[in-house]
Amino acid sequence: MAHKPKIALYWCSSCGGCEESVVDLAEDILAVAEAAEIVFWPVALDAKYDDVARLDDGAITATLINGAIRLDEHVSMARLLRKKSRLLFAHGSCAHLGGVVGLGNFFTNEEILNRVYCDVPTVNNPDRVLPRPETRQGTTVLKLTGLHDMVRSLHQVVDVDYTIPGCPPPPALVKEAVMMVLEDRLPPKGSIVADTRALCYTCPRKETRPEMLEVPSFKRVYEIEWDPEQCFLNQGVVCMGPVTRGGCMAQCIQANMPCRGCFGPVDNVRDQGAKSASLLASLMESTDEEQLKKIVETIPDPGGLFYRYSLASSIMKGRVRRRP
Amino acid sequence: MTNDFEPIIVGFLCNWCSYEGADAAGRARQCYPSNLRVIRVMCSGRVDPQFVFQAFKQGADGVLILGCHPGDCHYKDGNRQALKRYTLIKSMLDAFGIEQDRLRLDWISAAEQEKFVQVVSEMTERVRQLGPLMPRANPLKKLDSNRSTRIENDMRFLQRKHKKISTKARKIESTK
Ligand code: SF4
Ligand code: SF4
Repeated sequence: MAHKPKIALYWCSSCGGCEESVVDLAEDILAVAEAAEIVFWPVALDAKYDDVARLDDGAITATLINGAIRLDEHVSMARLLRKKSRLLFAHGSCAHLGGVVGLGNFFTNEEILNRVYCDVPTVNNPDRVLPRPETRQGTTVLKLTGLHDMVRSLHQVVDVDYTIPGCPPPPALVKEAVMMVLEDRLPPKGSIVADTRALCYTCPRKETRPEMLEVPSFKRVYEIEWDPEQCFLNQGVVCMGPVTRGGCMAQCIQANMPCRGCFGPVDNVRDQGAKSASLLASLMESTDEEQLKKIVETIPDPGGLFYRYSLASSIMKGRVRRRP
Repeated sequence: MTNDFEPIIVGFLCNWCSYEGADAAGRARQCYPSNLRVIRVMCSGRVDPQFVFQAFKQGADGVLILGCHPGDCHYKDGNRQALKRYTLIKSMLDAFGIEQDRLRLDWISAAEQEKFVQVVSEMTERVRQLGPLMPRANPLKKLDSNRSTRIENDMRFLQRKHKKISTKARKIESTK
């Protein structure tokens, strides 16, 4: 009993989906709870930050952090948990690459705050009150944790040992990661708990993917009645399988939806969005500039599509800063 | 807007035509803006979109891709691939707040030294008008400044409190 390994889970800028991937372990979570002691998990257990701070350094065997980093609070918690844990896992696309919340880097904080707190049609805020780092009322000063000017991945803030990709990761991968720790069969540091090759290699539709492929225009899934057996690209539907790390057991494909790239780039690719652009460019069936422009127009919001999960960790990191 | 801003233009020049064209301009002692930083690639089709973004990230204010005329590619259709990528990269620039004119693709044969000079000059002038590009700061640098945060403060406060309580308790204990 005394020597049970300790596990901690924490969320930063997260939608809660990754927490769900832990809950979805269902009965398996009992096995984990049997073999390990969960010392900190704000979503499910009552523990305070202070309880973590009082642990010895390295006392936690493994910590899983999900969500991206965009508040001072996230940074201090990530740093604290890093200090207290022997192993740190980036859990899910947001911690891995910045994730969907990382798309915020296409906008300025001002735009985001105005949109969320004032301009959304369901919000009624005529005085345009925005959250501020400090509010004074008489002699009391109320403080809010600072909002960073950009979203970051966990890797950009602390040293990360392993990554569980996915948005959210399939429960099987979460289980595998935890079992890796409990059974002490750890891969080399920096490993990503998934395949090293692209999704296409394990896709059930790969046989229908032709060697050479060119499409006259791209289609969105609602625009056609697509064949549930055929490779999506072959039907002109954008599928990120060729440039996305496999290991998800092709869950989206099996649910008859094309891949959107949540497992991130394959090994040796630095910028997932740029690689996705390269992929789709090679499929465009034309050599005439005007015609090509027309094909490109059939992809709405290319930036958002290609960088859906990886903007914060891409080469550009987001929108350029405006000149004053 | 008149300015003395000197933009940096990174040019990817294909080995077989455009680089030769640039060389010919040099041999003929033609003048062209020194803003261009040439990177020789074997084919314009070698220019991965990652290269373009890496150039912007590392300080380029504009990126120029120069290749052989369509039909003249040393590798048959590398330049057509370049054209496809170029059209798609252009469509992504808006989201990044990068003006479309900061990226330009053109065809320059080994004999077109005048065209080379003209394209480089035009590009330099256009980017000079657009001004400097400022990519997002390197993530780690900014964070290292010691921003004391609410939680760190709270934690310090709590730890002090614990200490106080335990010393007080010890005192009471010892006076007993
Ligand atoms: S990785 Fe996906 S599921 Fe997990 S927190 Fe981010 S958006 Fe939610
Ligand atoms: S492109 Fe998509 S549908 Fe086609 S084989 Fe690859 S993952 Fe499967």
